[in-house]
Amino acid sequence: MDWLSLPYAPQSPEAAAKQRMATLYDKIWADHLVGERADGQQILYIDQQLLHEVTSPQAFEGLRLAGREPWRLAANLATPDHNVPTEGRDLGLSGIDDSVALEQVVTLDDNCKRYGIRQFDILDVRQGIVHVVGPEQGVTLPGMTIVCGDSHTSTHGAFAALAQGIGTSEVEHVLATQCLVQRKMRNMAVRCSGALAAGVSAKDLILKIIGDLGTDGATGHTIEYLGEAISALSMEGRMTVCNMSIEAGARAGLVAVDDVTLEYVQGRPFAPVGALWDEAQAHWRTLHSDADARFDVEYQLDASSVAPQVSWGTSPEMVVGVDETTPDSVSSGDPHQADSIRRALEYMGLAPGQPITDIQLDRVFIGSCTNARIEDLRDAAAVLRGREVAGNVKQAMVVPGSGLVKAQAEEEGLVEVFTAAGFQWRDPGCSMCLAMNPDKLLPGEHCASTSNRNFEGRQGHGGRTHLVSPAMAAAAAVRGHFADVRDML
Amino acid sequence: MKAFEKTEGIVAPLDRVNVDTDQIIPKQFLKSVKRTGFGDNLFDGWRYMDEGEVGVTPNERRVNHEFVLNRPRFQDAKILLARRNFGCGSSREHAVWALMEFGFEVVIAPSFADIFFNNCFKNGLLPIVLNEEIVGELFEAVEAEENFALRVDLAAQTVATPSGQVFGFDMDGLARDKLLRGLDDIGLTLDAVDRIRAFEQEYFERRAWLGTARERVVLDELDEGV
Ligand code: SF4
Repeated sequence: MDWLSLPYAPQSPEAAAKQRMATLYDKIWADHLVGERADGQQILYIDQQLLHEVTSPQAFEGLRLAGREPWRLAANLATPDHNVPTEGRDLGLSGIDDSVALEQVVTLDDNCKRYGIRQFDILDVRQGIVHVVGPEQGVTLPGMTIVCGDSHTSTHGAFAALAQGIGTSEVEHVLATQCLVQRKMRNMAVRCSGALAAGVSAKDLILKIIGDLGTDGATGHTIEYLGEAISALSMEGRMTVCNMSIEAGARAGLVAVDDVTLEYVQGRPFAPVGALWDEAQAHWRTLHSDADARFDVEYQLDASSVAPQVSWGTSPEMVVGVDETTPDSVSSGDPHQADSIRRALEYMGLAPGQPITDIQLDRVFIGSCTNARIEDLRDAAAVLRGREVAGNVKQAMVVPGSGLVKAQAEEEGLVEVFTAAGFQWRDPGCSMCLAMNPDKLLPGEHCASTSNRNFEGRQGHGGRTHLVSPAMAAAAAVRGHFADVRDML
Repeated sequence: MKAFEKTEGIVAPLDRVNVDTDQIIPKQFLKSVKRTGFGDNLFDGWRYMDEGEVGVTPNERRVNHEFVLNRPRFQDAKILLARRNFGCGSSREHAVWALMEFGFEVVIAPSFADIFFNNCFKNGLLPIVLNEEIVGELFEAVEAEENFALRVDLAAQTVATPSGQVFGFDMDGLARDKLLRGLDDIGLTLDAVDRIRAFEQEYFERRAWLGTARERVVLDELDEGV
């Protein structure tokens, strides 16, 4: 293999800043550039890898078969999340009835023990969905490069970390080399001006963006979210936005560092302290695009115009405001588009031009790496306080994103609000977001879900998923059909 | 990884946009800790009428005879023809393993989702991007001709029809070479081990909070068994 000789310190962000015109993505990329191959592929140094039970076993097996060792143990953190049951957590491993799922969780335990990788195991209060756990622990830090064998790794971009989902072969590659081999993506700016209305959340904002861009609108790009509507979001809201970047086709989404970021990070268990904190902070303050940075693509949105969103179809781009109707396939000019609208309506059991508020719900799921953090639970509880789940809703459940989120909600008394309303209160995990564990929809059931994917069968064979915000999920639970949460505040 | 040079085979058409990885291999099959055993469950939700379970063999299932891959003429297809944004959704590499195990060596589409595209090269599945118009023509040709087959030559970067039409396709040079030679990515990167080490040393001087200080936070606690 030919190598171009690059200096070992290719370009620090400080140097990049002097040059100006650099985007945030450019800066983080330059800071981690190990070298470039003659063919233009670049070697990127990876600061942090997150591991879970589903996409890591084959990677560890590969490592073992090749007789390789992990490059840097401290760069890895593991936790089981996709497969774990959300009831009977105190039983630990013996609470997993599904022997195939159990084997995966045990395999993760074994691999972590064998190599000495830090894991928050099934009984650890810090266990949870990887993308909730990383930020919560301060494992996710600004300016980092982060990977995980999971496409929603984009979540961590809220911290101005270049965070990307990778396949299992790349998990093995990063374990063995601490590097990824990539070509740089193009820069895309998503600028959100104005302010979100009361009752309209980060989730509605990102669903609207995906609806506009389409599921491949940002393919080949790294998105940076900019503008006053983004700055006004909490870290949790920013994570919700970045989380769903992949639903627009972008492997990574970013938000610049500001006071909100630093306040969130400071004092977290894995965050630096003392002199190291000061040094880190000085660097992190440079993590924003320069004023005159140029993006390859720009997209603008007035956040004040965004209504609460509901997905009606089988792709996250199939989304409309709660005050709208399902589309009419014949009104789409593109025959493939018309065909996919027709198929989606059929799968969802919906008619063209049907009002969204007519859709009756069978189940409500509040959880997932998109919306299972404490603020999400507070939002939902605010709507549910003093109200009850409608009679036609067979099941409503809350699955906190981590053991610590769960503990916090219990301390704040949110649990009583949920259970009084008729919601089930579960243990942390991915749960019905992808229904790998026992929580799933039955064929034909409609579910208001705070997760991120409404693909066919995603939440169970034949199940019908509608993506919404936590407040909208709560409103739907109370009414038994979709309802505009702005009228219920 | 097996080297890929050329192939010739029957083309199966999957006439849908945005085919996601949840459709390619549904989640219940991701519980395996192996890289094999996914072929029978490729497009499980579309190929069968009943819900697939791990360990249930295809002959115990209710087959959806309407679904294109179940038609006898596509049983031995080696090339999958698809619409835009193929492989969107999750990062599961199982999607690639399932396609290959079913017998596909090539997927042709107007566009692919990034992570899926990348995963193909790690396993020797060749994703070919042809423009919408050509893909449209190929769909028509498959419809019209019973045993429509294509010849794919990776070194020449061409797709040829039985009637002698030849379409060129673009491909990243390194990605192509790796496929052609069946090279191990990790081995290639480890050729640069000195460079990575040198980078790391310099990097942890610049970013001290990520260096040994972090090791202490992350690993010391582990030693104490907390
Ligand atoms: S919560 Fe859902 S989207 Fe997030 S990591 Fe788990 S399965 Fe994936």
